[in-house]
Amino acid sequence: MADKRPRVLVPTGYGLNCEEETAYGYRLAGADADIVHINDVISSPKMLEDYHILALIGGFADGDHIASGKVHANRLKYRLGGAIEEFIENGKLVIGVCNGFQTMVKYGLLPAIDNRYRTETVTLTYNDSGKFEDRWVHLLANSDSKCVWTRNVGAISLPVRHGEGKLRAGSGDVMETIVEEKLDALHYINPHTQEIAKESDYPYNPNGSAMSIAGLCDPTGRVFGMMPHWEAYLSPYNHPLWQRLRAAGKLPEQGLGLKIGMNGVEYAREKLL
Amino acid sequence: MPSRIIVGFRDGESDPLGSSLEKTIRNFLGINAESVRTRRVYTIYADLGREEIESLEKDLFVDPVTECSVRDIDGRFDWLIEVEYKPGVTNPVGKTAAEAVSRMVNKEIDIEGGVSTSLQYLISGIGRGEAQAIAARLLSNQVIENARVLGREEIGADGIPILQQDMGMEHRPEVKAVDLAVSDEKLMEISRNGVLALSLAEMKVIQKYSQYGSVIKERESIGMDSQFLGKLTDVELEVVAQTQSEHCKHKIFNGIVNYAEQNGVVEVIDGLFGTCIKAPARELMGRYKWIISAFDDNAGIVDVGGGIVVADKIETHNAPSALDPYGGAITGILGVNRDILGAGIGARPMFNVFGYCFGDPFHSKALMGGVLHPARIRNGVHRGVIDGGNQSGIALMDGFEVFDERFGFRPLVYCGTIGTMPKTVNARQSDLKKAMPGDLAVMVGGRIGKDGIHGATFSSAELNKDSPVQAVQIGDSITQKKMLDFLIEARDRGLYSSITDNGAGGLSSSIGEMAKDTNGCIIDLKKAPLKYRGLMPWEIIVSESQERMTVAVDPSKIGEFTELAGLRGVEATALGRFTDSGRFHAMYGDMTVAYLDMDFMHKGFPRMELVARWKEVAREEPRFLQPDDLGSVLECMLARLNICSKEYKMRQYDHEVKGLSIVKPFVGKQADVSSDATVALLGYARKDGLVVSHGINPHYSDIDTYWMAASVIDEAIRRAIATGCKLPDEDNIMYALDNFCWNLSSLDSDDGHFKMAQLVRANKALAEYCRAFKVPCISGKDSMKNVWRGEETIDGKTVEKTISIPPTLLFSVRARIEDVSKAVTMDVKNDGDAVYVLGETYDELGASEYFAYVGEKAAEKMVGNNVPKVDAVKAIKTYSALSAAIEKGLVSSAHTPTLGGLGVAMAQSAFAGGYGIEADLRKVPYLGERRDDYILFSQSNSRFIVTVPSTKCSEFEGMMDGTAYARIGTVTRSTRLKVTGLGGTVVIDSDIQALKESWKGTLEGM
Repeated sequence: MADKRPRVLVPTGYGLNCEEETAYGYRLAGADADIVHINDVISSPKMLEDYHILALIGGFADGDHIASGKVHANRLKYRLGGAIEEFIENGKLVIGVCNGFQTMVKYGLLPAIDNRYRTETVTLTYNDSGKFEDRWVHLLANSDSKCVWTRNVGAISLPVRHGEGKLRAGSGDVMETIVEEKLDALHYINPHTQEIAKESDYPYNPNGSAMSIAGLCDPTGRVFGMMPHWEAYLSPYNHPLWQRLRAAGKLPEQGLGLKIGMNGVEYAREKLL
Repeated sequence: MPSRIIVGFRDGESDPLGSSLEKTIRNFLGINAESVRTRRVYTIYADLGREEIESLEKDLFVDPVTECSVRDIDGRFDWLIEVEYKPGVTNPVGKTAAEAVSRMVNKEIDIEGGVSTSLQYLISGIGRGEAQAIAARLLSNQVIENARVLGREEIGADGIPILQQDMGMEHRPEVKAVDLAVSDEKLMEISRNGVLALSLAEMKVIQKYSQYGSVIKERESIGMDSQFLGKLTDVELEVVAQTQSEHCKHKIFNGIVNYAEQNGVVEVIDGLFGTCIKAPARELMGRYKWIISAFDDNAGIVDVGGGIVVADKIETHNAPSALDPYGGAITGILGVNRDILGAGIGARPMFNVFGYCFGDPFHSKALMGGVLHPARIRNGVHRGVIDGGNQSGIALMDGFEVFDERFGFRPLVYCGTIGTMPKTVNARQSDLKKAMPGDLAVMVGGRIGKDGIHGATFSSAELNKDSPVQAVQIGDSITQKKMLDFLIEARDRGLYSSITDNGAGGLSSSIGEMAKDTNGCIIDLKKAPLKYRGLMPWEIIVSESQERMTVAVDPSKIGEFTELAGLRGVEATALGRFTDSGRFHAMYGDMTVAYLDMDFMHKGFPRMELVARWKEVAREEPRFLQPDDLGSVLECMLARLNICSKEYKMRQYDHEVKGLSIVKPFVGKQADVSSDATVALLGYARKDGLVVSHGINPHYSDIDTYWMAASVIDEAIRRAIATGCKLPDEDNIMYALDNFCWNLSSLDSDDGHFKMAQLVRANKALAEYCRAFKVPCISGKDSMKNVWRGEETIDGKTVEKTISIPPTLLFSVRARIEDVSKAVTMDVKNDGDAVYVLGETYDELGASEYFAYVGEKAAEKMVGNNVPKVDAVKAIKTYSALSAAIEKGLVSSAHTPTLGGLGVAMAQSAFAGGYGIEADLRKVPYLGERRDDYILFSQSNSRFIVTVPSTKCSEFEGMMDGTAYARIGTVTRSTRLKVTGLGGTVVIDSDIQALKESWKGTLEGM
């Protein structure tokens, strides 16, 4: 079984733009990845049955007009007729990165407390800095979380590149449930203390996210969204300090972002093939 | 009945846009507002019921977590300012909203104008005058936007009235006959009134053509309306003007120049472009098989191996950016992206670069009429290129800013793109393309509106306070991205045979250019999809509405082509076909509106003849004593606008999308100091990368454009070498792009002759140093008329004022680095490393930042005469030796001293690395007046600061043998920059953190 390759669907179009590196990342991680225009998925949603992982990628779907991810979320929600929920029910994996994460929360795929996959209960809104920023951040995966994607990831550096990444939960006990159920799979940390950054701890928390949450999963742990880009750290030389890491003998063989893609692929290989 | 949906933040939710605006209002206008909140407004021009509106609010417009729907009158505020686009201005958000609304309510909504969007600003604690000032000077640009300022009590319960959205134009297309059998004066009047930018000589050529018996006869024989016989139609005149524009034709660069040196020696130059730029490139093309195409296509094309070719181009978008900084800049970057898509059979844009020359963002004097504040221009330009690049998923590799007050009137906005494509596509060489007779001429992408009419002819004229507002366009990144993805897909399926961009001159240029392949075309302008009614045929053919490409499609493939376009949400319309008739033939329905001889259009005009007279200007050499505290001088130098950190803006550009970025725009221990050059992988699973750098220094033009050009060529090459590539040869790739921005206004005056001579000298240097370094230019662009003309009121009297930019050459270098893991950055890495200076330092402080700094302190302009020179023979020795040392892994860091010389460069390397440096100026190879400040701040070319681990010093020195270099100090664990002067005493002893803060502080938050 070990040589079987899970299949990843990478929908693109309408201003999404991370399809190449995402597909390359999954191929490195041992999967087959297909880049398919979202309109082709909409015209035959049955194609989802052929895949084990749905990767919602970064970019600017519909230019982030109105609100980031909103129009694209509606497109998926109303024109795929529930095919994504079915995909999840079938035990498969969904991951959203950056714009993909924004799309997932606007759709309601995350955090999907009580498996309510069509209700928006948290949002990703304008960064406190009021602007788009590209910077590397320090992250720590929540080792207690059920999240499949962040298993054994521990501390990791990745770039964020967004203007709307501040996570805000709605009224009621949404935030408490997230914490209780350990859906907060990934946090921004302060590199000096190695602890979760304070909300106001800019730029360690680059956007002002509640509880410095950088990534969120659903109660199954198979559905996950994150603002940082794991697929932008596939080569060890992507890291901004690679020369220093090398001098210190700490340069990894592969980019550490790959760990996240590999987790999904490993899970799919074990459970879905 | 149109409906308004107003979206605000819930109480208690933060409003980052409002908060940052509050700061801007304070910093920029000195107005202290109590609070500033923002709201978004969507006006939907359709009959919608209450339920439909509620569902749109709930499911589309309002975020359930942070937002709510409100009425105009809701909330606490004193002033409501609502800013919306004027009708007809491209509104990408409105377009997306219209599509989304239409789908949700299942009703037809016009995507162009069916939904308009506006922003509301709610401000408290200020007076009406202040609110109006904020609206006019900060929030809106009257060229493209309307701003309404309303006091709270002026708003009724029904809210504020909805503005009439209809363009109000009846569609009565009209074609006028233009009689050219008139006096010379009248001819020029026609040219001026029509913004045609045609000279009398050119008008007379057109006049003559219209009178030819054979022309009249042929027009009659094809059934052209009798009123157009012996005359031209307005469509034809426009088409000819576009084709002949300086923007499209580069008449000055191709003209014959009569150049006289200072000593009277006269030379006739047969076209600067041909002799100084193209000739050296052609010579090198014979040797370098890796150059595939230079100066032939929309971009230069280079074979980087591994089955991939790179297409490269840099454009300028200066005039539009002066009028509407955001719109001008975003169309600049999206436009050059299309040049790449239009290179060969279509390359995919991968990396962007930018370069801006602005006025002083801290400018505090009064502004001249029609001129925007430099800070506003700067903010708008950055925002435009940020949006255009980020939204297109193209990583920024390099960017710079230059400041000089002369750019306050006419900013320079350089936008460049590097793309890649497979070397062969469908078993054909990808750089080749050709339309065939019978192929359909298909327009793809956005629709045509009045935006951008006369862009090409307008940019070929001087800017003045009455410049046409129609020249402004706004870019729509998403329409373009969809088109781009679609066309690459169509390319790979072999669905078209040729492609070009609709940029300057619109269809007249794109179809006109492609029609050269077959020698003719026939198109029907009535088929062109329009944004709104009311466009005249001449407007349709020259409109520069954005996001459009023209392709040639074999009729057998048109079905598949348009079907795929439909599936990708892209509009594609066949307007006609390419022919071999020898005629450019345009119809409007069944009426011929243009019928022009192709040879006449492209070859029928005489070359320009230009006079150039060089005169050296001797300036007083600045005389001043060396300041006592060089440490504080260094801090001031680091804080200077042209030297300081630009991180705040730079971080807003996505520099990592596609995951190929290796040496980023930021390097150092904290990844926050600008790199000399950047490196990106040339593809996934490849080891080799592309090094990207630039050189620019308009200030040297104040002394001599020859050395200005030589210096920027050296700078760009040097930055690339410092990062780890090699000088070019048969195997090693290094190429360049040249962008000239000049200041020619009247060519027939002493001033015009002098400025032409400056152009000649820069070109001579370009030819000389491209040959010496053996670096070919493969693409270039010129923008000749960067002059602002306006009026200034002095003591109640209005006087005419002309401001010219300093002549500016941007020289951009790209090189292939074989193994990106060997790249070197500018930050010091280890304490104990030896610090070397490579190359010689002279007392070359002419037009330096140091003289400018001393001059500003003394309230006088200090320029001097001793501009840095370039000795290519010595430079090549140094560069080759350093490349070899880097390849052997001997070098920990390498940095190119540019503005502010060794002093600034040492400080930057030290604070980037987080270590101190101890250095001794007595050891620096130096020739000139013996002063510490001169050695520290001289801007001599061809130098590096390099650090080398102590264990590798002897090997390194062995490799540098035969070049001028010296070990001048050591990297230290203490965090101080300690410099010993010529007198043997310590002249600088500064904390590197303090130096870094000075460098970072100037533009922090700006």
